[in-house]
Amino acid sequence: MSDGTPVIEVRDLHTRFGRAVVHAGVNLVVYRDEVLSIVGGSGSGKTTLMRQMLGLDRPARGSVTVFGCDVHTGDSRELARLRTRWGVVFQEGALFSALSVFDNVALPLRELRLLPQDLIRDIVMLKLEMVGIEARHASKLPAELSGGMSKRVGLARALALDPELLFLDEPTAGLDPARSENFVSLVGTLRQELALTVVMVTHDLDTVAALSDRVAVLADHHLVAVGTLPEVIRVDHPFIESLFRGERGRRALGAALPELQVS
Amino acid sequence: MAKPADFSPSPEPRILEESGEDGSARCMLVGTWNLQALARRIAELSARLQTHGMDPRAAWDLTGIERLDDAGAVLLWRAWGGRRPELLRLRPEHEAFFHHLAHAERPPLRRRGFSPWNAALALGRFSVLVADHVAGFLNLLGQVVIESFWLLGRPARIPWREISANVYRTGAQALGITAMVGFLIGITLSYLTARQLKIVGADIFIVDILGIGIIREIGPVLAAVLVAGRSGSAMTAQIGVMRVTQELDAMAVLGISRIQRLVLPRVLALALALPLLVLWTDFMGLLGGILAAEVQLDVGMQDFLLRLPDAVPVSNLWLGLSKGLVFGALIALVACHLGLRVKPNTESLGAGTTNSVVTSITLVILVDAAFAVAFSHVGFR
Repeated sequence: MSDGTPVIEVRDLHTRFGRAVVHAGVNLVVYRDEVLSIVGGSGSGKTTLMRQMLGLDRPARGSVTVFGCDVHTGDSRELARLRTRWGVVFQEGALFSALSVFDNVALPLRELRLLPQDLIRDIVMLKLEMVGIEARHASKLPAELSGGMSKRVGLARALALDPELLFLDEPTAGLDPARSENFVSLVGTLRQELALTVVMVTHDLDTVAALSDRVAVLADHHLVAVGTLPEVIRVDHPFIESLFRGERGRRALGAALPELQVS
Repeated sequence: MAKPADFSPSPEPRILEESGEDGSARCMLVGTWNLQALARRIAELSARLQTHGMDPRAAWDLTGIERLDDAGAVLLWRAWGGRRPELLRLRPEHEAFFHHLAHAERPPLRRRGFSPWNAALALGRFSVLVADHVAGFLNLLGQVVIESFWLLGRPARIPWREISANVYRTGAQALGITAMVGFLIGITLSYLTARQLKIVGADIFIVDILGIGIIREIGPVLAAVLVAGRSGSAMTAQIGVMRVTQELDAMAVLGISRIQRLVLPRVLALALALPLLVLWTDFMGLLGGILAAEVQLDVGMQDFLLRLPDAVPVSNLWLGLSKGLVFGALIALVACHLGLRVKPNTESLGAGTTNSVVTSITLVILVDAAFAVAFSHVGFR
């Protein structure tokens, strides 16, 4: 899938909250056109790692480069360009509560200040259609939406600028199984249509098995394993043991990896 | 057919004591020793357990306990002084509870008493916090100034809609409350001074007192305090909620400047709206004062208005209005600064809103004092 061009490079990342060490030397490369899942237990710092990739949090040491631009020290003009090349779907959607569904998706397009209104309207309606939001919901406010719809609108907003890189924070958390399956297959389809590189933080193994090309496992302040799912599962580490080879893990991965059921 | 659920009350926890031949105690515990059964009688039971718990010769028989849970086990464990008594009989299925307790770590409860060291630490922490806030505030002010200059060259990007919405919310919607409070303060002030002036027969000086007092001092401060309570808290809460719902993060990753979109419109709008509110409060205050003076002193409205321009140089009005401008910008900056520092939890949101009102009112009064000193030679004859 991937042509081996690095899109994100995380180098020697250290994070501390007060005295609590979260990351002690994390190194990670995300390649073009791949879907990378970051998994880890609660409090292992996977969301923090993603926020640092986005430049929202600053690491104590180390650097994060996205499309060759350092997200913490880079030139502000380069960073502004970078932000039009990625899209982010937050866990709760993070839709602007004062704006309607339509305006939420239109906002990134309007911010470019290059496009005429009627073109923006068509793009927004297309994006909403892509994520399965009917036109009659476009004038609703975020407060009137269900959790699944908020997330899909969040995805539409993230895709508004046709990004090359998509970040998903817990894409299926808070959704019922049918809806999360729906969302996963939506991301899977879009990813093929749009040639996206996807970085996803999750602890839902079904999502991991369904979408990921590679999996990165965060535990004990490090990435203890990075690789394809079969590779990662063979790594000998207590967290991987409990996550993938536990009862839930077997059930979730059983379909994808039949050899697990035998072992 | 399913068996009907058993609603009969579970047997009460009881302690049966006997004395052995050598005078040592033997405690038999029976009944249900779980949280629900114990909760009602916890003081009594633990007191009775304590009396035997310290006796190393006491024998314990727990085989009569029908149901045990962690609460019951902890209660016993504490009575035994955190160790297993030597003479103990219990059901094998209950063994696990005490096994866990024997291996559980018990970090000591930290009690914070007063000590000079703690006081010094708290003071130090507070100083660091204040310094941090001052630095953050100056940083925000600098960014607002820089972005304003940047926008001056690109008028199309000035957020006119946000500015006008904020002028309406903070200015137009505050007309009612400022009118009422200004009017009532005018009446009160006029009444109080009228009595004193009557004694010395200097009735007409009511014009000087009210004119200077309201236009120069009371109007601006009153309007600022009301606006700080009304709009300052609202601004902090709005921005704070955006932090809680990750809207600020969403703006950041979309590359939208929060200074331009959130802070600047609020600061500009309040710097514009507050002087106008000051003018309005002055007007209502003087109106109240004039009406009270007419009733109390026989200084009619015409006398009042005729003397006003002579008694109060117009520089007082300019001074009052410029105070309004400074106060407005200050209140909005404090509100935005504290709103942006809200952490994503409800506790922090409440604290931020409170701090916003308290800080901005305090700063308004401090700055007002600075104005009084700096312009002490302006506006008097």
